[in-house]
Amino acid sequence: MLSQVGLAKIRVPAVEGWFSIDESEPYLLGSKCTKCGTIYFPQEGTFCKNPRCRSETFEQVRLSNRGKIWSYTDAQYQPPPPYVAVDPFEPFAIVAVELIQEKLIVLGQVVRGVTVDDLRVGMEVELTIDTLYEDEDKVYLVWKFRPVNGPETLRR
Amino acid sequence: MAGSSAIAILGIGMHPWGKWGRNFVEYGLAAANGALDDAGLSWTDIEFISGADTIRNGYPGFIAGATFAQALGWNGTRVSSCYAACASGAQALATARAQILAGLCDVALVIGADTTPKGFFAPVGGERRDDPDWLRFYLMGATNPAYFALYARRRMALYGDTERDFALVKVKNSRHGLSNQFARYRKEVTVEEVLSSPKVCDPLKLLEICATSDGAAALVVASEEFAKAHGSKNRLVRVAGISTVTPIFPNTIIEMPNFSTDSAAGQGVLEATSFRDSIANGAYEEAGIGPQDVDLAEVYDLSSALELDWYENIGLCKQGEGAKLLRDGDTTIGGKVPVNTSGGLSCFGEAIPAQAIVQVCEIVTQLRGDAKDRQVTGAKVGVTANQGLFGHGSSVVLVK
Repeated sequence: MLSQVGLAKIRVPAVEGWFSIDESEPYLLGSKCTKCGTIYFPQEGTFCKNPRCRSETFEQVRLSNRGKIWSYTDAQYQPPPPYVAVDPFEPFAIVAVELIQEKLIVLGQVVRGVTVDDLRVGMEVELTIDTLYEDEDKVYLVWKFRPVNGPETLRR
Repeated sequence: MAGSSAIAILGIGMHPWGKWGRNFVEYGLAAANGALDDAGLSWTDIEFISGADTIRNGYPGFIAGATFAQALGWNGTRVSSCYAACASGAQALATARAQILAGLCDVALVIGADTTPKGFFAPVGGERRDDPDWLRFYLMGATNPAYFALYARRRMALYGDTERDFALVKVKNSRHGLSNQFARYRKEVTVEEVLSSPKVCDPLKLLEICATSDGAAALVVASEEFAKAHGSKNRLVRVAGISTVTPIFPNTIIEMPNFSTDSAAGQGVLEATSFRDSIANGAYEEAGIGPQDVDLAEVYDLSSALELDWYENIGLCKQGEGAKLLRDGDTTIGGKVPVNTSGGLSCFGEAIPAQAIVQVCEIVTQLRGDAKDRQVTGAKVGVTANQGLFGHGSSVVLVK
């Protein structure tokens, strides 16, 4: 839930170039080798890591914003800095999500309110852009996942 | 490759693992002197010193080889320092072996030591936006146990492993380590105690995740000729194979500290293979043996569940059958192929640059027949397996 003050804050990505900043159309930003088609997240722009490809050119691509849970866990203890935790600390879930088309697995936090009890391996999840943390004048955004068929309350 | 490329282990030395709060050099020195005494040699006999680095101890940690050389007393000995995260010790051993096999020296000291902070391992300080290890904490709060827990949950979903199975690993290792004077935790625990300890990262509990420890281990290694010429009070154990492999692209298992796996979607990429499967294989191939020849193993049980992955990765059983191997008692001392007879990380905790070396120390102790209460009867061949952050494989095959 965002406070009145929170609504007034500038919303900025916690890291540049990793995901869309348009919150109504969330996606991860990857890169694709123009020669062999290997996909990278976060973006690779220097050299293709496929040992049989020496390409150094890439195009930016949007990754699928839905995938299947490969595995999941949570953080019951507060992670050390640079993680910025809310006070008091609230446990959060983490998922490893298989993107079928990209043939890769990507990690992300799960939206607030969803616990490991709500998750299953193989479950379909979708990407969303959500608050990572806030300071006095900014809200820092990050990508997160949530169950596609989750309760409506979790889908805003 | 085994015969001509083997080197001998003349001495082993350790500093007890614990939370001592002193400088890592002190622990390393104790381990080095222990290994030298065990070998019946003095520091001035050593022709090469191979240090396994730690990154948490500032400048002297980055140049562990020279730091220990100075602590032992400068005597012109040639030096090497290497960093490969948890695999640093195996790389330091591989470096010493290469020097010996190339005929550049006859006898070398391999050494690793660490002093660790309390709690979760955290990334190197400062705002490091180009460092995935920094970024995974910043953007996801993904600690090391979070990754271990992803593997554990995956086993439960794929193979039907239970939280009780994972707890049983801890129970076994706590028994194994009871009489090990170098282990930090020497207390037997029950399944109930494990299951009721606080959850850290679901499904893993506090007692199932390895602690961060202070500790040190060292080896004196030599050419076969040197070993023969100098004799030894100990039964000779040889290093028959060392693996320091890196992954093969595409690596499709999510690894610390990454945000994603490699993509297998590119044209002409190989079929995905498991990095952890390739680690011991490299050492088996060098030694000319297979998993069926192994009498005991020390594997990197960063978590209880991860030990079960290793059973499969090093070929002790088929994929998915790790929990059965454990339940059947095969990996307990007295079973077919005991695993982590030292007590493993479960009893030691992690002292990163020393970890691959202390695994070797345990196998050497067992192959010499010096393991007393935890002795594996008739052990002739042992293997270690470990994996360092950023794609460092580590495995050593030791034979009597």
